[in-house]
Amino acid sequence: MTIRYACNSSEHGMARRSFLGTMAAAGTGAITGGLGAFARSAVSEQLIREQKRIVIWDMHGGLSQLESWDPKPGTDTGGPFRSIPTSVPGIGICELLPRTAQQMHHLCLVRGVNTSEDDHGKGRYKVLTGRPQTPAANNPEIGAVAAKALMPEDYALPGHILITPGGGGGRSNDAAYLGPKYASVQLGNGKPPENTVLPDTITVESDAARQDFRRHLNERFLSRRRTAVTDAYGYSYEQALQLMQHRDVFDVSKEPAKDHERYGKHDLGRHALLARRMLEMGTPVVKLSHSNYDTHHENFNFHIEQLGELDRAFSCFVEDLADRGMLESTLIIMFSEFGRTPRINTRYGRDHWSHAWSVLMAGCRMPRGATYGKTNDNGTEVIEGQVDHANLFHTYLQAVGVDSTASFDIEGREVPLADPSSHPIEEILA
Amino acid sequence: MSAPAELDPKQAHLVSEWKHDRPMNACRIDPQGRYVFGGSEDAVVSRFQLDDGTRTVLAEGHDTWVRALAFSKDGTHAISGACDGKITWWETAAETPTPVRSVAAHKGWVRSMDANPDGTLIATGGNDNMVRIWNALDGSLMQELSGHQGHIYSVAFHPQGGFLLSGDLMGVVKQWDVATGKEVRTFDAKPLHTHNGGQGVDYGGVRALSVSPDGKWLAAGGLHEATNPFAGVNKPLVLLFDWETQEVAQKHVTDGVERGVAWRLVWLADGTLVGVSSGSNEGMLLFWKPDAASDFHRFKLPSNARDMDLHPDGLQVATAHHDQHVRITRLAAKA
Repeated sequence: MTIRYACNSSEHGMARRSFLGTMAAAGTGAITGGLGAFARSAVSEQLIREQKRIVIWDMHGGLSQLESWDPKPGTDTGGPFRSIPTSVPGIGICELLPRTAQQMHHLCLVRGVNTSEDDHGKGRYKVLTGRPQTPAANNPEIGAVAAKALMPEDYALPGHILITPGGGGGRSNDAAYLGPKYASVQLGNGKPPENTVLPDTITVESDAARQDFRRHLNERFLSRRRTAVTDAYGYSYEQALQLMQHRDVFDVSKEPAKDHERYGKHDLGRHALLARRMLEMGTPVVKLSHSNYDTHHENFNFHIEQLGELDRAFSCFVEDLADRGMLESTLIIMFSEFGRTPRINTRYGRDHWSHAWSVLMAGCRMPRGATYGKTNDNGTEVIEGQVDHANLFHTYLQAVGVDSTASFDIEGREVPLADPSSHPIEEILA
Repeated sequence: MSAPAELDPKQAHLVSEWKHDRPMNACRIDPQGRYVFGGSEDAVVSRFQLDDGTRTVLAEGHDTWVRALAFSKDGTHAISGACDGKITWWETAAETPTPVRSVAAHKGWVRSMDANPDGTLIATGGNDNMVRIWNALDGSLMQELSGHQGHIYSVAFHPQGGFLLSGDLMGVVKQWDVATGKEVRTFDAKPLHTHNGGQGVDYGGVRALSVSPDGKWLAAGGLHEATNPFAGVNKPLVLLFDWETQEVAQKHVTDGVERGVAWRLVWLADGTLVGVSSGSNEGMLLFWKPDAASDFHRFKLPSNARDMDLHPDGLQVATAHHDQHVRITRLAAKA
C-alpha cells in the first residue's frame, strides 16, 4: 500500500482544515515528547499538566450499568445490590464500588447511552470507532485517532499502548487507514513488547554496525523514492531500537511496592499501575481491558468478583492521577461494547443491552462530580439526555482539545475524524 | 426416623403451587409443617399456609433480596438472611409477622443458614468468607469461624449437632467443632470449583451440604463440566464423602440435565438423597442411592428451581422457582 503525502511534509495527514482545535489554540508546543519525556525526573509539571493523554478502561463483554453507574435498587430490575452515597451529594452508585464512590468528585457519568447494537462485535465497533460497521469501510478506533492527534512527530516509542489480560505482543490492526504507526502495541498480560531483547549471539557493537548500514541504505533509497510506507518501514526499525533501549519503561515492578499493594495483587491491579506508569512517562494513549463481564448466567456473583478487582484498581488510579495533577491533561474513559439487560433472566443473568447504559469519563474538559442523562425508574429506557456512540466519539476528542469535526487526508481524500452527521455532547464539555 | 410407608419417589407428583410477586430464591418449611416460607428477588419474606396456600407478606426486615431461611427448632421463630448482610427474626405464626430483631451478620450477602438439631443455634455463611454461629433465642453471636478463602455458599449442621460443615466457592468444605469453634478437618470438594482463565472468574462452589441421618455420608452439591461459566454451560454434580475416611465414595452425576446446578440436598428416611437442580428452562428433583452414580429417578418441575425443603412428614417437598412460584411435590402415589 502506498500512501501519498498531501503536502510532502512531516505534517502529512493533516487535512486542509485545522486538525487540532483547542490544542492549536494552546500552541502545538504543548505537545511535546520524545525520549526526553521518558526520564521521569525531567518531566516538568508544566508538561504533565499540558500534554494531553487518553486512557481507556475497556470492560470486555458488557459491564452491567445496574451493578455499577446507574443502580436501580428496590425495583423489579434492580438486582440484589444497593446504591451507596458517593463523595458527591445526590449521586449514588452500586455498593460494589465503595472505593470508587469516594472518587466521584473527579468523575462524570453519562447515564443515557443508547448505541442500538446488541451484538458483541458490532457493538464494539460502534463504541470504538464512533461509527456503525459496514462492509464499505474500516475505520480507526478512538485510540488510534487520538494517538495520531496527540503523538508528537518525533515520538520514538509507541504512542498507543494496549494492555490486555492475556495474549502476546505485537501491533494490533486498530488504526485502519491511519497506518501501523498509530496502531496499538499490545502488552499481553502487561509484559514488555515481544522481541525487544538483543539475542546473546549479537554484541552491542555488531548490532550498532548493522543498524548504521541499514540507515545508510535507507537514506540512499529514500532520496529518490520516499513514501509513507518507506517512512513507516524506517520508523518501525527506529522504534524497535528505542524499545530495546528503554525496555524498563514497561517494567511495572519498578513501581513502589506499596502501590502494588494499593492497586491489588491481581492482573488488573498490575495493569492499572502499568497504565499509570505509561501515562507518567508520556504515552499519549493507553487502553487496558478487564475481562470479562458477559454475564448471561449468575451476573451478580460474577460482578462481585470482577468489580472487587476493578473498584480497588480504578479508585487508586483516579486518586493518583488527581493527586499528581494529571487529570487536567488526561482523559479517562470507561466503556464496554454495551450494557446489560434490566431484565434478570431465569439463571440470575443479564443479557446484552445497548439501549440504556452508562459510560464514565473524567479529566480534561469533563465536569467533575457530574452526571449527564437519565434512565427511567427501572432502567429500561433513556428518558433524558440520550447520546450514542457517535456523540461520545466526538466528545472524547473534543475533551482532549482535538477538533472532532476536522478531517484526515487519506490519499488526497478528506476523511472526517468522527461521524460528520453527529456532534459532541456540548453540555458536558467545560 | 423410619420411612413413611407411602414414600415412593418414583410416584412424585405436584400437589400445590402458590405465586408471589417476584422470582423466588429460597424456601423452608417450619418444623411443625404448617407453613412454607419463601425468600425472593425483593426485600420481603412470603409465608404460605400449607393447608390452603394463604400468602402473608413479611415486610421491613430487609433492604434487598432474601436468600436464606431457617427456623428455631420449636418453630416459634423464622429467621431470614439477605443480601443486605442481615439476619432477621420473625414470629412464625403471628397473623402478620413483623421483625422481632435484626442483626448485622455479615459484610455482604448472607448466602446460607441452618439450625442445629436442638434448635438453639443458627449458623450463617456469607460473602465476607466468614461462618458465624448465633444464639437462636436472643440473636447473640456465639462463634466466629474464619479460615475460608472464598465466599461461603453453604452451611449445614451434622445431625448429631456437635459439628458444623461449611462449603465455599473454591470447593473447600470445613468441619468445625461447634462447642469450641475449632476447625476439625477439611474435605476436598475441588471438583465443584472451576477457574476459567479466559473469563477471569472463579465459578461453581459448594452450593449444598447435607450429612445423612445415620452420619455415614456427607453430600456436597454444586456443578461441574463448566465449559462456559458466563453462559451457565455446566451440569449438576454431587460428591458423596465417606464421613470417616473423607474419601469420595460416589460422584452422583446427572446426564442430560444441561445448565444444571444442585442447589440443595436433603436425605429421605429411606436413605435416598434428593437434590434440586435448575436446568435450561425447568427444574428437577433428582433421586440417588449411595451405591449408584446415576440418579434412579428424576422429576421435572415447570420452571427453574433454586431451593428445596423437606416437610417433617418426610413425604412433601417444597421448591422455590424463578417463575415466582413455590410448589409442593408429594413423593408418593396420588391419593
